[in-house]
Amino acid sequence: MDTVILISQVLMSFALILAFVRVVRGPSLPDRVVALELFASIVVGMVGVYAIKMDVSSFLDAAIVIALMGFLAAIGFARFLERGGPRDD
Amino acid sequence: MIEMIKGFLILTGALFMLLAALGILRLPDLLTRMHATTKAAALGVILIMLAVAVHFGEVAVVARAFAIIVFVVMTAPVAAHVIGRAGYFVGSKLWSGTVKDELRPNYDPLTHELKSGLETEANAVHQPRESDPS
Repeated sequence: MDTVILISQVLMSFALILAFVRVVRGPSLPDRVVALELFASIVVGMVGVYAIKMDVSSFLDAAIVIALMGFLAAIGFARFLERGGPRDD
Repeated sequence: MIEMIKGFLILTGALFMLLAALGILRLPDLLTRMHATTKAAALGVILIMLAVAVHFGEVAVVARAFAIIVFVVMTAPVAAHVIGRAGYFVGSKLWSGTVKDELRPNYDPLTHELKSGLETEANAVHQPRESDPS
């Protein structure tokens, strides 16, 4: 079980790195917002795996909050983008 | 047996998340990237939360894990829709290999008006409204 958890943590860390490359490279703001949303999803998964590893179920509350924040951030960014009108970046 | 189910769920969940990250890095434009991330990442979260529910096996924890699953299933499509809509409105470029953009000929980006292709002369006249963007 420990090896499975270690492998999955390595996979998810690698996924975080790939998503971070997309956040840095852009090219436009909506791409970065999508990558940040993916960030939130991956972190929720990492928290779940960590709760299994540590055998502490309270971490799930943090996962709920992170999922909520990711969703609200996506909605807020989308409102902000639509308010701004066409842009070229 | 439970260990095997747990390990399978965790590994497939992590693999789906890695697939989503690969997709967001390798695919060419905003809409294809969103197609990779929203579905694969949501499925990864669902599988890992199922593993959490199997691991703890208490009512309180299973209820919280299922609450996360329901939340992700409900919010992922909404967030994807809203970001995709905003991305189209701000004019993010489509991939050069895109075959057809069916919204382009029917949609006026200035007034946000959508045509159905079934207009007659009478109902195609533009009626300005209070809520129109200037």
